[in-house]
Amino acid sequence: MAQGIGISSAKEAPPRVNEWRRFFRVFLGRGLVVFGMVVILAFLVAAIFAPQIAPYDPLKRNLSEALQQPNAQHLLGTDAIGRDTLSRLIYGAQISLIVGVLVVCIAGGIGVILGAIAGYFGGIIGAVIMRSMDTLMTIPLMILALAIAALLGGGLKNVVIALGFGLIPGYARLMSAQVLVAKETDYVMAGHAMGASNWRIIFRHIVPNCFSPILVVITMMMGTTILAEAGLSFIGIGITPPTPAWGSMVSDGRNYLLTNPMLSIAPGVAIMLLVFSFNMVGDGLRDALDPRLRGII
Amino acid sequence: MLSYIIRRLVQSAIVFFMITLFVFLVMRLLPGDPIYMIMSRAASETATEMQLDKLRHQYGLDRPMMVQYFSWLNGVFHGDLGVSILTNTDIRQSLMKRLPITLHLGVLALIISFVLGIPAGVICAVRRGTWIDTVVTSLANIGITIPVFWLALVLMYFFALKLHWLPVFGYTSPFTDFWMNLKQIILPVFCLAVTSIAVIARQARSSMLEVMHQDYIRTAWSKGLKERGVVIKHALKNGLIPVVVIIGLGLSGIIGGSVLIETVFAIPGMGRMAVEAMGNSDYPVIQGVILVFAVMVLVTNLLVDLSYGWLDPRVQYK
Repeated sequence: MAQGIGISSAKEAPPRVNEWRRFFRVFLGRGLVVFGMVVILAFLVAAIFAPQIAPYDPLKRNLSEALQQPNAQHLLGTDAIGRDTLSRLIYGAQISLIVGVLVVCIAGGIGVILGAIAGYFGGIIGAVIMRSMDTLMTIPLMILALAIAALLGGGLKNVVIALGFGLIPGYARLMSAQVLVAKETDYVMAGHAMGASNWRIIFRHIVPNCFSPILVVITMMMGTTILAEAGLSFIGIGITPPTPAWGSMVSDGRNYLLTNPMLSIAPGVAIMLLVFSFNMVGDGLRDALDPRLRGII
Repeated sequence: MLSYIIRRLVQSAIVFFMITLFVFLVMRLLPGDPIYMIMSRAASETATEMQLDKLRHQYGLDRPMMVQYFSWLNGVFHGDLGVSILTNTDIRQSLMKRLPITLHLGVLALIISFVLGIPAGVICAVRRGTWIDTVVTSLANIGITIPVFWLALVLMYFFALKLHWLPVFGYTSPFTDFWMNLKQIILPVFCLAVTSIAVIARQARSSMLEVMHQDYIRTAWSKGLKERGVVIKHALKNGLIPVVVIIGLGLSGIIGGSVLIETVFAIPGMGRMAVEAMGNSDYPVIQGVILVFAVMVLVTNLLVDLSYGWLDPRVQYK
């Protein structure tokens, strides 16, 4: 009997080291996840060291070299005013990643706080917050971003505000559902018994415990954000020219589809690669962090 | 059941009012004078202060905000969405012209998403781990990743510019020239549908996988039913409920996509109207477009929620 109890409690509390080992085994066990990590790291390096890596100045016009096909000097060719496509692509990674990270910080920060408050306190505060989220969700992201950009104008800062605002509900809904469950757990009751304040319980205990699902959503939302920013830049209300953004590069290449298809194709492939990678890493994180899958994989 | 329906209706009504309040307030947060709501910036700069005051009074912009909101809302209920600053035309009338075009493409895209997405997801679940599963799952992963505006350009390049099979862009009413219309909308509809086909296929796959492991499916197998019978008669009924629930999400995505796709293919629908209004700072038009789109999503979500109980009697409406 005593032995039996000993075994079961050992199972319930495995040493922490194994937890990490299992995380990496599951996370890095799938080829596509590793591929995604490599691609994200590559784009990150390209973005950070763009001035060193890019062969040319992405803004430098050179009309004598305009509309070149891919060649040894310009690996992906040049655009209508002679700017090097590869260099613009490398600098474009900066914009996509900066927008992605900032939007995640804003939407994630506000969404997690609102969701936690709604889930924890419920009642009228909760209802007001959640109905506001419902309202925000009925307006398609693209349309909302369009309207906000119409009010504030284009540019990096306003794109971040528009998308950061529009993506709040995703985080808030997830968080409030998580908190509703966490509220009933023993550690929250223990917190109350020790006289911790509501805010302390929410932000020191509940929020850190919901870290895994939030991390998965953040990774997935990076993809959504990068796609949306590209869409906004494509219709000309996102990042303002001449700053190289992938979406506006696809748009700029439209008039040269027949003669220089690479101008539009290359930035599109970059968008796809990066978004695909974030989605794959998100899938991998979900598998590795989901407690229900513990013991199965 | 009845109390659930009533509560859901009340909730939707609240959300509807919050949408109108949001749309009204956002446009009032406009930097500067709300007089820009009725005249363009350039025109307001040349007008004298007296003329401006007269206009403000004429349009009620000197009244308290709440009064303005309710009089605007009253107009909305009577179908009066105001007048475009740029063209000085009734917004309702231009909406009536453009909405059917967007609906035509959007509804077709939504139908195609279900017709292609559901079988794809079901086949993946039933043949889990085989090459079909691998191929379809990979395609679905690419489908949710691909920038639709870029896909539109690539397809345009191949099918219109290189092969000359389809017209490059434009829109003809199906009542004027049905075949021309069909040729013109093939690419836009496909591009609009791509993301939701992928989302639906993924959802169908995962929910069918869950259902296929349940006891009643094992019972169906052990009765000696053939695979067709098990999958179509037993598993599909429960497996597709979560798929139906994401119609609202699909619609929202298709509306967002219409902004991009209508721009690429020069289709005079509501998406393009939104982009044009935005480029010209035509605020009343932007208000109208957001309102119509949001109400479309709201009504769809309400219908989905209400039909949920009919689809899934296990739901207790708590």
